[in-house]
Amino acid sequence: MTYLKPHFRNPALPSNALGYTRRDYEGAVSTLCAGCGHDSISAAIVQACFELDLPPHRLAKLSGIGCSSKTPTYFLGASHGFNSVHGRMPSVLTGANLANRDLVYLGVSGDGDSASIGLGQFVHAMRRGVNMLYIVENNGVYGLTKGQFSATADKGSKSKKGAVNPDDPIDLVSLALQMGATFVGRGFSGDKAQLVPLIKAALRHRGVAFLDVLSPCVTFNNHPGSTKSYDYVREHNAVFNRPDVVPHREAITADSAPGELVTVTLHDGSVVRLRPVAGDHDVHDRIAAMNHLAERQAEGEIVTGLLYVDPDAGDLHDRLNTVDTPLNRLNDAELCPGAATLARVNAALR
Amino acid sequence: MPQPLERPTMDKTNDFVVKFANVNGSGSASANQLFAKAVLRMGVPVASRNIFPSNIQGLPTWYEVRVSEAGHRGRRGGVDLMVAMNPQTWDRDVAEMEPGGYLLYDSTKPLPPSRFRDDVTVIGVPLTALCNAEYADPRQRQLFKNILYVGVLSALLDMDVAEIERLLGEQFKGKEKLIAANVHALHLGRDHALETLQCPIGLRVKRSDAVGDRIFVDGNNAAALGCVYGGATVAAWYPITPSTSVAEAFMKHCKAFRTDPDTGKARCAIVQTEDELAAIGMVIGAAWNGARAFTATSGPGISLMQEFLGLAYFAEIPAVIIDVQRGGPSTGMPTRTQQSDLLLAAYASHGDTKHVLLFPEDPRECFDFAATALDLADRLQTPVFVMTDLDIGMNDWLCEPFVWDDSRRMDRGKVMTAEELEAGADFGRYKDVDGDGIPWRTYPGTHPTKGAYFTRGTSRDPYARYTEEGSVYVDNMQRLLRKFATAAQLVPAAVPRPARQPTRVGVIHYGSTAPAMQEALGMLDGQGLHVDALRVRAFPFGDEVIDFVERHDTVFVVEQNRDAQLRTLLVNEGAVDPAKLVPVLHYDGTPITARFIAGDIAGKLSALTIVPLRKALP
Repeated sequence: MTYLKPHFRNPALPSNALGYTRRDYEGAVSTLCAGCGHDSISAAIVQACFELDLPPHRLAKLSGIGCSSKTPTYFLGASHGFNSVHGRMPSVLTGANLANRDLVYLGVSGDGDSASIGLGQFVHAMRRGVNMLYIVENNGVYGLTKGQFSATADKGSKSKKGAVNPDDPIDLVSLALQMGATFVGRGFSGDKAQLVPLIKAALRHRGVAFLDVLSPCVTFNNHPGSTKSYDYVREHNAVFNRPDVVPHREAITADSAPGELVTVTLHDGSVVRLRPVAGDHDVHDRIAAMNHLAERQAEGEIVTGLLYVDPDAGDLHDRLNTVDTPLNRLNDAELCPGAATLARVNAALR
Repeated sequence: MPQPLERPTMDKTNDFVVKFANVNGSGSASANQLFAKAVLRMGVPVASRNIFPSNIQGLPTWYEVRVSEAGHRGRRGGVDLMVAMNPQTWDRDVAEMEPGGYLLYDSTKPLPPSRFRDDVTVIGVPLTALCNAEYADPRQRQLFKNILYVGVLSALLDMDVAEIERLLGEQFKGKEKLIAANVHALHLGRDHALETLQCPIGLRVKRSDAVGDRIFVDGNNAAALGCVYGGATVAAWYPITPSTSVAEAFMKHCKAFRTDPDTGKARCAIVQTEDELAAIGMVIGAAWNGARAFTATSGPGISLMQEFLGLAYFAEIPAVIIDVQRGGPSTGMPTRTQQSDLLLAAYASHGDTKHVLLFPEDPRECFDFAATALDLADRLQTPVFVMTDLDIGMNDWLCEPFVWDDSRRMDRGKVMTAEELEAGADFGRYKDVDGDGIPWRTYPGTHPTKGAYFTRGTSRDPYARYTEEGSVYVDNMQRLLRKFATAAQLVPAAVPRPARQPTRVGVIHYGSTAPAMQEALGMLDGQGLHVDALRVRAFPFGDEVIDFVERHDTVFVVEQNRDAQLRTLLVNEGAVDPAKLVPVLHYDGTPITARFIAGDIAGKLSALTIVPLRKALP
């Protein structure tokens, strides 16, 4: 069932530059398990969009199948949403993006959806540079089918029933870096202070932005022996940096000592200020990012933060050299060559 | 010295079949096409068919040209003049010839008399020797050998060589050296024939004016052009024979017709995807977001698209799929033709699904139906298949010129605008407000607070809210059936062709069978067998199709597949008596012939009329 929230507007609620309150970015009541990491991510998406002053109807949210893919119902109720087929959100989103380049595209997926059944579509979306934010809500298990390992489950990690995962994991962050994603980061659903700015920066990025968000499954993968539990992720979280996004219209005021912050100016003029925590690789250096990731992973750590960004990246429309007008708005005169041209085509076929 | 011709020979003008037997990758295709076009330029209709292997170089390939003043576009069967350029297939090529026919071969190496037939006239031309004497470069020797035999044919068939020269001039426009070299090779062959052979032979091309304003084009090119005219802006595709050239032609046409003159930017997006799943996914995403989108594929691609097709059916998203059918199952015969994807497409996906299919008969209808499919998909908010095949798709067909009415506008179907939403229109994404089963939709981004909805493959109520309530699910599935009934009213109607006199025997056919069927009807008529014909152009069937079956005692259903797939659809969906429907099936991968159809129907009709001798009942 879809549970709708009552329409009650508290006049005291703060509104953003567009006059929307945070409530305008919310969706239906979640039907996920209480304490599910995915609900925290939904809340982070709501907050990020509210703070970025995004008109809700100018964002399209798409997903595949699974617990994570159910979440687009639970945020941005005024946005069009599309819950597609298992592992195939990337192609549907790519097509939607081709049709209208003016909307903001948010793809929500899970580890089974993206790393198992949908790995092919995942890597091809990364290499095509589709202008989107691709979030994987990563909990290492299949929730809706009750606790089977997914392809991101670590080798040797234990399932709730005690089975040990024999296979090597797929690290989607490493893959995204390798496949040409131009904004790559990792967050943790239990660290909203880091996650919200990551989402804000990723939404402002032009090109493909990928965020892997560790999001523990409280029902099937939050036990000792799991490497995707709240406790395990907290203990092994190697925070690389903490971002802070300043929209382009706001003056940047230094609130920390110069030299400590790394600033990245995005395509639209927004500035991402990164506060380094552990590690010092240049965030514009893809290979350094891959090295840092590999080194920390070898130590059993989970690197979070914004790991790589190319602020000047183009997108699929640049590569295809499509017109500025969204394709879905082109009219008959712009699309149909007409009878006179057809007569010339006919003549050339005789 | 002229060779005397002394065997039984045929004597035919503008009505014969030439077949070229070549080796794949030898450059023969363009020479053979040059020959076919030269006949056309002399005002004589041709039907040409490329019969090729799944291979780039070295395997046998054939090109059949039917010269037919009467305008028969189907295969007749049999060969009157064999241009035998491939030693690998010599025996079967010679065996395929009609008695009294002519065999042109490369006589550079002598062949023993046992390799020939007594009842055909053998014409030997030392093509290799002539080329080797003229050209030093091995590639030139190979390529010009093909032009050389076209020159020989021009002499043997009494063709106007100036037409061939003009065609070469058009083909190599701007490359004067190439024109001169080709014309030289042409005359090398022609002069040799005129000097050493008795020209013309009993087969002749005589200038006529039977072509009119018809065009010579392949169906894939035509379908791609139809997608341009129909307003498609997104094409997502994965290479697969025999559909690849649809996408390639779309690229070519978009470059010509969809480039913004001011900015040089493209008014389209064409993506070669990682597989067919992604191709249909992108089409669905684009169409959901208000662009006209299509993909082109063949049977195996449709198999991969099954899950997505169910989603598009149930979530009610337009999609156009051009299925250029080939021989299946599995990889089957990828370079041969069939009509064997009907059931696959009609009921694609899991659960209860039914899809709209269109059956073009030739490239002209590929053009028309591609544009129509884009309108229908938007109007019906559902996948629409254009069921063409390799025979139409990859061969040049002589057909009526393309026509476009400049007053025609894209039918975008029921799309609610921001103004309508603002004015307070009740928007229920899956609500049947007009009684035709077709709901209204909105494009993402339309209105700040109204009209947003959630698209999903799971069941939902008329306002797109998730529900697993059985009765709500059933209502929705019933509405989809009403929508399918609406589709039957909107698709192209079947085309009847009554017999000369009233008859209780009918024949139903579709797609590329049409030209052979037309000719077969003439043959049957000549034998006093009167048969009403109906060319079905779409599924779901209109009332006229079911009426036709009901008005006849026996209805032959002619198809190019093993399992009588259209017949199955007629039985399933038309609730007609299966006993009435007699299958006539041709599925060896070659295009169906008039002789086959006429022979099979005549045979079955005589079997129906034979009354076995039995004891008189007391």
